[in-house]
Amino acid sequence: MALQATYRDAGPVTVVDLSGRITLGDGSALLRKTIRGLLQDERKKILLNLADVDYIDSSGIGELVSGFTAVKNQGGELKLLQLTKKVRDLLQITKLYTVFDIYTDENAAIRSF
Amino acid sequence: MTAGAKHLEITLETQVESVNLAEEMCLRVAEAAGFGEDDCYRIGMSVREGVINEFHYGNQERPEKKIYLALDITSEKLIIHVLDEGTGFMLADVPDPLAEENLLSTSGRGIFLMRAFMDEFDVITGRTGGAEIVMSKKLPGGDSTNGRGGEGTAPKRGA
Repeated sequence: MALQATYRDAGPVTVVDLSGRITLGDGSALLRKTIRGLLQDERKKILLNLADVDYIDSSGIGELVSGFTAVKNQGGELKLLQLTKKVRDLLQITKLYTVFDIYTDENAAIRSF
Repeated sequence: MTAGAKHLEITLETQVESVNLAEEMCLRVAEAAGFGEDDCYRIGMSVREGVINEFHYGNQERPEKKIYLALDITSEKLIIHVLDEGTGFMLADVPDPLAEENLLSTSGRGIFLMRAFMDEFDVITGRTGGAEIVMSKKLPGGDSTNGRGGEGTAPKRGA
């Protein structure tokens, strides 16, 4: 399924609800566009909800990393919520699991900002 | 699955859509060969990463170039070849994505993922002069072998 992205406010935090595949092409491009757009709107506390992301490839991982760095460079924070098993396994084997702040509970994630 | 090796070849355009096409095709072959869900995922992902590699690095996203995908099913394994029309590369020159200095790199994980997901992986110089990724996975329920002396190319495990 092609990636879909919507976002909502949770206090000072912007929760981006993603669903589908974050892969080379439209998926990774949409993720990039979404994060950059939020930064342009001065939304710098970003929580990516990946509960409905069932697949990610190296391009998608690259966009997660790129987004993380872009937000950090602007003094913000980007965190991840509810990884599916495949996404979690990929982040673990690529050693990115310890780079990102990852949460299983949305309220706890929001409080952490 | 009847006895004897089976061979399938497809020529892909150097475009993003070819990645999905290659993955889908290889998933169907892997399912038909009897691989379970987890192995099908690993095979599909590896093919994606191989084609992405050839699309982006090998063929430099140039639409006039082609990507050649071939699958061989022997009595022991599924062997996948992905070939580009670039200038080739040496595996030893690929940076380690797990190195501290590369962790936040936005690219460079494809080779690592293929090595992680497939039983055997290598890169050789292909007939076009470009890079040929050769990777394989043992068929489910088959004997564990090192793949040497098998039919077709016997890829070595990457360092």
